[in-house]
Amino acid sequence: MIQLTVNQKKYDVDVPEDMPLLWVIRDVIGLTGTKYGCGIAQCGACTIHLNGEAIKSCITPVSKAAGKNITTIEGLSPDNSHPLQIAWLEADTPQCGYCQSGQLMAAAVLLKEKPNPTDEDIDDAMSGNICRCGTYPRIRKAIHIAAGLQKQGGNK
Amino acid sequence: MTKKYFTIILAGQKNIIVLLMVMGIYSFTASFKKNNHTNLCPAGMLINETDSLVSKKAFLEVYKVLMSPRCMNCHPSGDVPLVGEDSHLHGQRVKRGEDGRGMYASKCANCHMDKNTPGLNKPPGNPDWHMPPANMKMIFQGRAARELAAQLLDTAENGNKTIEDLKNYIANNGLVAGAWNPGEGRNPPPLSYEEFTKQFRLWIDNGAFLPDR
Repeated sequence: MIQLTVNQKKYDVDVPEDMPLLWVIRDVIGLTGTKYGCGIAQCGACTIHLNGEAIKSCITPVSKAAGKNITTIEGLSPDNSHPLQIAWLEADTPQCGYCQSGQLMAAAVLLKEKPNPTDEDIDDAMSGNICRCGTYPRIRKAIHIAAGLQKQGGNK
Repeated sequence: MTKKYFTIILAGQKNIIVLLMVMGIYSFTASFKKNNHTNLCPAGMLINETDSLVSKKAFLEVYKVLMSPRCMNCHPSGDVPLVGEDSHLHGQRVKRGEDGRGMYASKCANCHMDKNTPGLNKPPGNPDWHMPPANMKMIFQGRAARELAAQLLDTAENGNKTIEDLKNYIANNGLVAGAWNPGEGRNPPPLSYEEFTKQFRLWIDNGAFLPDR
């Protein structure tokens, strides 16, 4: 039995230690906002936070997450009030939307570590997240908007 | 006439002997001058021509390993790590970062787990996966053997490591040893780990001479 803390809630899961964390989150716990893309840490669709870092959950064994804090897209904010979520809506960022939860989780780490990112910082942070719809310009725009909102205090 | 002739020959022989002695002394001292890092030879060590030959030859073996993709890929000339047997740039715009552990959402440990991820060409793993930090890049890519040997011995460029530190690092560092457990789809370095550490010791213990080129 492995104990996980996902979005501040504790779960005891009876799974093999090498099961990818993504499988546990989606299929065992039932949080399906995080998506399966490539399964080999190449696309970023499965990005979640493990102790605040934007890991690729498709290749992270569940044993690595035991005793650590996991945050998925469902836990980014309690009411969709994270500056990035507000900015994503304002910029009308998604097209098909499949990659967007991973994009948001990657962007959240960027804004935490670099509150006022340049375009180059955004490229450095976000190039591990692929969008087949090509929404990159709107992702960049939304991150700049979110940086401004964060500076003002969040929910404005 | 005969006596005078022999006297001239003997005088000539003396000159030759003196000349040979001078050349010998010059040659002996020049062998030290060739190595610009004479201070790098461990104190009190008897250094002779045989030592320098053994030392240089050993480093050339070490060099083969250091320049193999398993070592060089994380010691690139730029800030982007290299991947694969052809040492191409890592995808996803992954960069060194200040501490050598990546940047923002693309930190090394986000994808490189504590162990190799099973499967062909999936991310290799190590608990300490990282590049050299930005303030001590320890570049291997593009270095000639002589340049790389000098760099390894230069405390300003090797993380302030003494010769003993270097030997211990090579023999005990988990990330160095990890090169011989590269994961599916990747070749290990051309020497075994045991042979590599042996050649590294030979290089150091025989004076840490720089190869000629």
